[in-house]
Parts: sequence; structure tokens; C-alpha cells
Amino acid sequence: MEETIFKRWSRELTIAGAIVLFLLPLIGIPGKTYITLTIAGLAMGMLLFLVASGVSIIFGLMDVLNFAHGALFAWGAYVGFTVFGYLMKWVEADSVLQNFAAFSLAIVAAMVVVALVGIVLERVIVRRVYGSHLFQILITFGATIVLVELIRVFWGPNDEVMTVPLTFSRNWDIMDVIINRYRVICIVVGLVVYGVIQLILKKTKLGMIVRAGVEDRDMVQAMGHNIFLLFTGVFAAGAALAALGGLAMSIFSLQVYPDMGGSFLLFAFIVVIIGGLGSITGSLVGALIVGLTYNYVAYLVPWAAAGANIMIMIIILLIRPTGLFSVGK
Amino acid sequence: MSEPILKVEDVHAFIGKHHILQGVTFDAKADAVTVLIGRNGAGKSTVIRTVMGLIPSSKGKIVYKGSEIHKKKPYEIARMGIGFVPENMGIFAGLTVEENMRVAMLVEDEATTQRLERALDMFADLRKFWKGKAGNLSGGQKQMLAIARAIVNDTALLLIDEPSKGLAPIIVDAVIEAINQIKDHSVVVLVEQNFYMASSVGDYFYIMDDGMVVLSGVMEALVRDEELKSKYLGISKSGD
Repeated sequence: MEETIFKRWSRELTIAGAIVLFLLPLIGIPGKTYITLTIAGLAMGMLLFLVASGVSIIFGLMDVLNFAHGALFAWGAYVGFTVFGYLMKWVEADSVLQNFAAFSLAIVAAMVVVALVGIVLERVIVRRVYGSHLFQILITFGATIVLVELIRVFWGPNDEVMTVPLTFSRNWDIMDVIINRYRVICIVVGLVVYGVIQLILKKTKLGMIVRAGVEDRDMVQAMGHNIFLLFTGVFAAGAALAALGGLAMSIFSLQVYPDMGGSFLLFAFIVVIIGGLGSITGSLVGALIVGLTYNYVAYLVPWAAAGANIMIMIIILLIRPTGLFSVGK
Repeated sequence: MSEPILKVEDVHAFIGKHHILQGVTFDAKADAVTVLIGRNGAGKSTVIRTVMGLIPSSKGKIVYKGSEIHKKKPYEIARMGIGFVPENMGIFAGLTVEENMRVAMLVEDEATTQRLERALDMFADLRKFWKGKAGNLSGGQKQMLAIARAIVNDTALLLIDEPSKGLAPIIVDAVIEAINQIKDHSVVVLVEQNFYMASSVGDYFYIMDDGMVVLSGVMEALVRDEELKSKYLGISKSGD
């Protein structure tokens, strides 16, 4: 009986635990620093959400473990870097409008180019290994090597400094709390992306079919929907989200480098495991938990920052093995 | 005698390494309900999943309305007018009843709306729980939703896999009534272990055993023949 109640309320208990964890650092962190770290954590969380949501929906619907997601993330950063290079005058201008125009164009270019790369990847490579996780891991890992080497061919092997649009790099000073503008932009972009994805998934027929496909692919096919076309579209959308995440993260971290996808992919998988595969809300909550934890712990115990997230992942897996918001299957 | 809408000829199919269908042959005549009966593991569900394209056939031919469909993909087969209600009902539990129906509707035109209304008249509970999560429906309501989804399109052939499974007798009677209404609009192929249901709706029967059809005929004759029922279905005179 106790076990049943615990199981029934496990998600609520875990969320309550997360809220407690969210407030706990207040004990060791001064109030103003806590607000600054919280905003940094939320921004990092939103950037992770952009990457993790793609991983989550690709796995949730297609049952594909896409280890090339990190490389697509890096491609997004490099395409944005190139666009910024062409629009350097707008990027360096002391004009919010021109900065946003450059940022928007870079986002569109990164998402379109990487979505096309994603389509090629799905059609040529991934489609051949549906149903076999081992081959998916091997083949997408191979694709990662190819995509990263292509970055070295097209853009060179060295790290590059990513230019931040001038007005984005400035801070707001609100009652002695320093708030970086770009972090707020990241939070807004993340929320907008979450809203758009939810709108598509909940309010459009295409979204309903995708959600149905996450639960039962065979049945969706047996209802007359071309699941393979849907797979390609979802893979492209996931790749585009990775690109957006890559571009946004490269501005956040002020650099681009060919291997940049690897470390973020690890975080993305932690997020997806915490949030539950196939759930966009799960990805958002998981990403915020990871982003906030990383920032709080990095301030309090710097050497334990990455380990703390892995610890949270293990705890959540023990309490709720399918993640906080798992769907289907 | 009416022409068959579906012909399954010497179809073989494997699941993994297991040779499940070993040369199944049957047809579904227009304006009739054809029932595949047989013990557990005889291959009945595999047959209709193979017709639906969800399991590839390794040999043989499946012809629907004169076109070979055994090499087509499931979504192409569905778009030709074949509806499918799987054994597990295939309900999208996280979607509402309305969303389940909308996913099933290939086009949302006047004719589809009329068919939807007809389905909702047939299964009034679906209207009642229209905005509710399908996962919260009872077993019988889920079966009703599964059938409603399959008939909302212009379905000429409906494949239903064990609709009575796990349902209370009163719900089974409601499903029988529904199938009797559906057969006015669609040809039905029913996989069923429950002989009461099979004999209540079936016009023709095929008894399957070990991945093959071992006996076929008119349902009325099987109902009367106690020896055959006892031999192939293990049904004694005293009841099923």
C-alpha cells in the first residue's frame, strides 16, 4: 500500500524535492549572488533544454539514440559564427535592432542548414539502423567523427572566439544585482521555443500524430500516416533545435571549437534521463534542474559541479526510473 | 455468392526466427463477416498484422480489391480503406478521446464528420468522455474508441483482433451489436477466441492451427456441428 502511494506521488515528491534543492543553496549563498546564479542557471538550463528537447523527441518517437546530436550542435554554432562574420557591422553596432537582426539571421541560417544536414543524416544513415540501439550508437558516433572533421575542413581546426552582439554583452544593474542581458535573452528564447513546441504538439494535428507516434508507432502507421516522413521531419526539427542550442551556447561561452558538442551532449543526456524520454516538459524541467544545480554547486563546491548533476540523475532514476515526465512505451 | 474483397493466398511470415504463418489461405467476402478462430498461438493475430503490413510476408500473396498489397507499407494499406483494431486496442493513452479520433481521421471533410457522428452515436460513452484522457477510459470504452477510430474513415475492410478479450459479458454484447451495425458499411475480418462472439457476428469461419487454416466454412454449419467444435475448438455441448 505504502509503495503504491509512493509510486502514485513519486513525480510530485520529486518535484517538491527539486524545489527544496532549488531553495537550499540560499543557506550558503548571499541573496544577491543567489539571484545572479539563479539567472545564470536558468539561462544555462534553457540552453540545455534546446539541445535535450531534440534528443528527447528523437528518441521518444523514433527510438533512435542519436549520438551525432552533439556534432549538429557544433554545426549550428559554426554556421552562426559564419553569419556573424558576414554581419560583423551589425553585430558590433551599438544598436539593439541591428544586434537582434544579426542574431535572428544567424539563428535562421543555423537552424535551416543543420536541419538539412539532419535530413541527410536520417535518410542516408539512421534509417538503416532503426530498431537496433547498438548500431545506432555506432553509426551516429561515426557520423559525429565525420561531421566534426568536416567542421575542421570548412572552418579550420582551431578554437575561434565567438563575437557577442554588443548590446547583448551589457548588464542590467537592478538594486545592486548584476544581470547579464544575454542570459535573459537565453531564458526568453528557451521559453519561446518551449511555447512553440507545446503549441505545435498540443494544438496541431501534426503534433497530435507525433505524440501518438511516441506512444505507438505501429498504430500510427496502421491509421494511414507515413511514419517515415514523420521521422525525417522530427529528426530535422531535433537537428534544428540542436543548432539553435549550439549557436546560443557558443555566444554564452564566447567560443566555438570543433569538439564542442561532446560535453554538452553528456549534459543533454543527463537532462533527458531526468526529465523522461519523449517529454518536452520533462526536458525543460530536467534542464532547469541541471542548469541551476551546476551553477549553485559550482559556486559552493566548484569541483563537485558536474558530479552533483550525475548524483541527482541517479537519485531520480532510483525514485522514478522512467524519468519525471516519461511518456508512452 | 459475392466476390471476395480480400484474398490471402499461401502466406508465410516469420517473427524473428519463428516461422509463424506456414501457408495461410483465406478470403473475406463482401457484405459478410469472416472470423478467424483457433487456439492461442495458432497465428490468427499474425495473419491480420501481416495483412496490415505490420509483419512482412516472406511468401504468398495478399490481394485487396484486385491489388496486391503484401509489399506495401502499413500506411499505404490503411489509405486504401483498411481499418485495423489491434488486440491491445492501440489506444494513445496520453491523448484525449478527441485527439485519438482526430489522429485517426485521414481527412476532416463533411463525410468524415458524418461518420464520426455515426460512431459517436454508436458509442455514446465516447461523447461523454470526449475531452478526457483515453488512458482513463475503462476496458470496454477503450475498445469502443479503438473501433470508432477504425471506422471514422471510408473503411471498406475492417480487421478486428480479439475485441472481446478481457471484457465483461455485457460489454461483449455491446461490441457484438456494434459489429453488427458496422457490417452494413464495411466488410469485417474478425479474429476471435470467444466462440459466443464469433458465432454471433460471423458469416464465414476459418479455423487456424499451427500457422495454417485447417478448416473453413459457413458459421451456421459450425454452430450446429458439435463434433467439429469439440475437435478444433475444445468446446463441449454443455457450453463454451
